[in-house]
Amino acid sequence: MLASGIAPAGQEGVRRPERIISIVPAATEMLFAIGAGPRVVAVGSYDAYPPEAALLPRVGALIDPDVERMLSLTPDLVVVYGSQHDLIAQLERSRAALFRYRHGGLADVLTTLRALGEAAGEPKRADALARRIDADIDRVRRRVAGRSRPRVLLVFGREPGGLRHIHASGGMGFLHDMLEVAGGDNVLADVARESLPLTTEQVLARRPDVILEVRAVGPTDAELARERAAWDRLAAVPAVRSGRVVFLTGEDLVVPGPRVAGAVERLAAALHPDIRP
Amino acid sequence: MRPLGRRLVRVVAAFGTLALAAAVLAPLVGSTRIDLLRVFDTSVPFADNVDAQIFFIARLPRTLAALLVGSTLAASGVVLQALLRNPLATPFTLGVSAGASLGAMLAMTFAPPMAIAGLTAVPLASFAGSIGAVSIVYALSTIRHRGLSTDVLLLAGVTLNSFFSALILFVQYLADATETLQNVRWLMGDLDVGGYEPIVASLPLAGAALFCFALLPRALNLLALGPESAAARGVDVHRAQRLAFFSASIATGAAVSLGGPVGFIGIVVPHLVRLMVGADHRLVLPASALFGGAFLVGCDLVARTAFAPMELPVGIVTAMIGGPFFLWLLVRHR
Repeated sequence: MLASGIAPAGQEGVRRPERIISIVPAATEMLFAIGAGPRVVAVGSYDAYPPEAALLPRVGALIDPDVERMLSLTPDLVVVYGSQHDLIAQLERSRAALFRYRHGGLADVLTTLRALGEAAGEPKRADALARRIDADIDRVRRRVAGRSRPRVLLVFGREPGGLRHIHASGGMGFLHDMLEVAGGDNVLADVARESLPLTTEQVLARRPDVILEVRAVGPTDAELARERAAWDRLAAVPAVRSGRVVFLTGEDLVVPGPRVAGAVERLAAALHPDIRP
Repeated sequence: MRPLGRRLVRVVAAFGTLALAAAVLAPLVGSTRIDLLRVFDTSVPFADNVDAQIFFIARLPRTLAALLVGSTLAASGVVLQALLRNPLATPFTLGVSAGASLGAMLAMTFAPPMAIAGLTAVPLASFAGSIGAVSIVYALSTIRHRGLSTDVLLLAGVTLNSFFSALILFVQYLADATETLQNVRWLMGDLDVGGYEPIVASLPLAGAALFCFALLPRALNLLALGPESAAARGVDVHRAQRLAFFSASIATGAAVSLGGPVGFIGIVVPHLVRLMVGADHRLVLPASALFGGAFLVGCDLVARTAFAPMELPVGIVTAMIGGPFFLWLLVRHR
């Protein structure tokens, strides 16, 4: 039996959970980054960072949470997506506290980090980390200040090897925010959506100076040349004419977790190659 | 036959004009404003001419693709409705499109990016999938019968359709989030082909199928009365059924690998056309092919402009129009 009613006190004297489950990759990264990692007992299907998180038992994810396994691990804090209403209703009957994760913009990353710090009993470390991330992001912002801002099309996905089913970032969400901080102007900033399917007509009409393709898992080196060449058909696009089709790959770019400052820096380096780190 | 000849000329002229008008007008309209004088201004190199690229790369290919996909799907619908003697049959009833979709899903999820003569893995795998489905259905419906059993054909096709749909869900479940997004998007139909190679690749298949369709109208008229009556009037029933099945399936496979499984064209257009020209397949078939092309060009125009800069999948537009119409048709007939 778990004595979750009177868990041992943390260093700040707040009651802190000892058995944490997080099925949200961004939150899992945050928990490890603020030192709560040793108390995480299970993670979600897609949690891959840090490496020690990937070794933990997995209990499903957004669409397939495994409530039974979760309960059998007797958690006292579970981080779930705020949209998982069924799961939340089931877990509310257990003794575990719930942290409802909400996806948002870049500023929300720090808000979430601080709130998660409170919930996990590490408010001071969370706040310190949030300040550090904020300062790092600010440094990038200052470094690109005053430089000419390229007009950027941020692409999340499309048909491999072709230009069909292009999905791009609209003017919302943390990737759009990161792009703006990194010194680029989103050519789709006027579209109030996180992502949208885009026609080739719109790519031609919006005339991006840079096409930035962001992927969690990228093409191999052999595939990269061909993927880049797929854009050659749209020769009137400035990015294609000047060869500024850039692939950036890595989980750190698509997970709105504690690595966002590094991701912003990578974006800035891609948009302003002359910049000195 | 004189009156039929005259009616055929009138019907083809009327529907042909409609299709031609759609094909000429659609590329002039889009989510952005382009200057037509600049489009055809040869003094500007094509690579520098945004207006010309929007016209010739973004709009014209998708208009042509819509014509091809719309006409083949509508004509296949007519042929399959006659072959199966079932007014509710569509080009997707016999599992061809589910096979094509499964092929496309597999390519999107597992295939490396590649291109053969301007074609990516997805349309190639999609066409291969449709051929696989056609072969299985045909083998099943001939295995214990001399000739083709349309009952077995229908049952095997419908079952295969569900089975492939389940496999599609399985593949989607294995895919990661971005791939799933791509998969779902593909299933909604899309005509933004971004070039002429995919159209040129589908053209011989669709053309051959349409040629076969042209041989069929008399046999289809008689098959609609039942295979026995058709045989009594000198139709080689097995040969006609085989020709109808394979040409409609190949046409559907070519159309789906080009534009995805665009729904409702294959059922709405044939019935609409029958309301206008009557039930004679000698009129229904060419009129459906022409009207289907024009209809899909119109739907695609809505798809790419209604929510611009976001594109609406064309399959949603055809379903929005086709769904209510189909229900009306159903109630009206019973």
